Amino acid sequence: MNAPVNAQAAACPVAATRGDPAANAWTIPLEQIDVSDPQLYQDDTWYPYFERLRREDPIHRCADSRYGPYWAITRYKDIMHVEVNHGTYSSASELGGIQIEEQPKGMERPSFIRMDPPKHDDQRKVVSPIVAPGNLANMEPLIRERTQRVLDELPRGEVFDWVDRVSIELTTMMLATLFDFPFEERRKLTYWSDVAICNVNAPDAPVHSEQERFAELKVMADVMAGLFAERQKGPRKFDLLSMLAHGTATREMPLREWMGTLGLLIVGGNDTTRNSMSGGLWALHHHPDEYRKLRENPALIPGMVSEIIRYVTPVIHMRRTATQDAEIDGRLIRQGDKVVMWYVSGNRDPEAIEEPDRFIIDRARPRQHLSFGFGVHRCVGNRLAELQLRILWEELLPRYPVIEVMGEPQRVYSNFIHGIRSLPVRIPA
Amino acid sequence: MLDPRTGRLISQGRNMPKVTYIEHNGTPHSVDVPVGTSVMRGAVDNNIPGIDADCGGECACATCHVYVDAAWLPKIGLPEQGSQEGAMLSFAAVAQPDSRLSCQITMREDLDGLVVRMPEGQH
Repeated sequence: MNAPVNAQAAACPVAATRGDPAANAWTIPLEQIDVSDPQLYQDDTWYPYFERLRREDPIHRCADSRYGPYWAITRYKDIMHVEVNHGTYSSASELGGIQIEEQPKGMERPSFIRMDPPKHDDQRKVVSPIVAPGNLANMEPLIRERTQRVLDELPRGEVFDWVDRVSIELTTMMLATLFDFPFEERRKLTYWSDVAICNVNAPDAPVHSEQERFAELKVMADVMAGLFAERQKGPRKFDLLSMLAHGTATREMPLREWMGTLGLLIVGGNDTTRNSMSGGLWALHHHPDEYRKLRENPALIPGMVSEIIRYVTPVIHMRRTATQDAEIDGRLIRQGDKVVMWYVSGNRDPEAIEEPDRFIIDRARPRQHLSFGFGVHRCVGNRLAELQLRILWEELLPRYPVIEVMGEPQRVYSNFIHGIRSLPVRIPA
Repeated sequence: MLDPRTGRLISQGRNMPKVTYIEHNGTPHSVDVPVGTSVMRGAVDNNIPGIDADCGGECACATCHVYVDAAWLPKIGLPEQGSQEGAMLSFAAVAQPDSRLSCQITMREDLDGLVVRMPEGQH
């Protein structure tokens, strides 16, 4: 814990989080800790910075970052406080939205996740029936049949990319069904999802500037607008485009709001579950005792699914903007301040979760995690995500009790989506 | 006396109020729920299926949603207009006029015999 001071660490806040992260995290001056550096998440070195903040400065003011000054909220209970006080901590696009990095002026793409009540409520209620309990029960046989097919087609005795063959394939199929999108063209959805959410500064990003991102999302908006127009003419059906086309709160949207809404539903509808499918296997690989426990008792799958979602924390942060002066645990937050809830940290807070750094598939209260958020913006598709993950593991275990992980995951350069780009695995022949 | 599982004080009185939770499939569960404890906690502490309570009682998730039996609704009441509970319930997929979040119903002696029903799913 008391590592030698890195002499260069003090130079600049971004560079300060590089070097030997475990050493730096405990030795650099507190005020220089900047957890918004996407490199921390690509390198998977964020843990000690948050551990220190939770202990020494849980409501942390980062005065200088590439995204400007912000508050880092790092404890479970303080994140919950911000979540439920949506009147004080706004998600509004006009104030900066829900990510620490703001969308450029003139290119903002609002959607209900970037709105406060009441407009948020009206739009959310248009699409939420698609993930209501009755509809989930209807979709379960289809999800299971597809999962069986995807798993049966996996190669044996050779190395393949779990992310591409399983995580992306399953979640993209699901997304095509939710949108009733032409099934053979479904990888377009994956592409648009990556375009919508990538960090344009990442070398492997599909687009490399905000202008390019906007142009590609405009292509998506045009394709979807064609389908939307068809659905508008027909009767209301149970797919997202038809629901949007027939919803009073959603049937007439300006272009940028249409782009934002599609982006929200596409990213929310696949990327997070994709990364939980990949991260879950990685977690089990690292906890062989838990993997064994699972094989011996598949009844643990539902609880494990929640534990995977906590452990992976597919969304790294959500941001709010203070609409008035307020206080969190004695710290004065000023109107207009950027307040960032670091879910990755709250999910590892030992005050809320016992032994939070351990992956324990039979935890006492596995559902109590922050990965879906809380309050009015709580993930609308949470039970669908759980269903997809449950089916994956129910079908996987009897087929392939052993999946060998053959190398490190390649992680995404982002401080928002906790993504795994690739994960090499092998199924014994 | 403390309940060894919950660490809470167990009322020794003869009048420990009872709550009957009826699962969506019709299975009833009648259990003692101490005065001052939430109806959500009563279900969770007794491992009654159908109440998820993801947020642990913060009125922040709507996964302890129940329908209050008509006979008990006047005593229990509905969430106040503009309340956090009302907002969360408005997003519950299968909300009805008799819907409440059970974490927001605190057990009282005069609620002895309360009946609540579970929705098709917690969402």
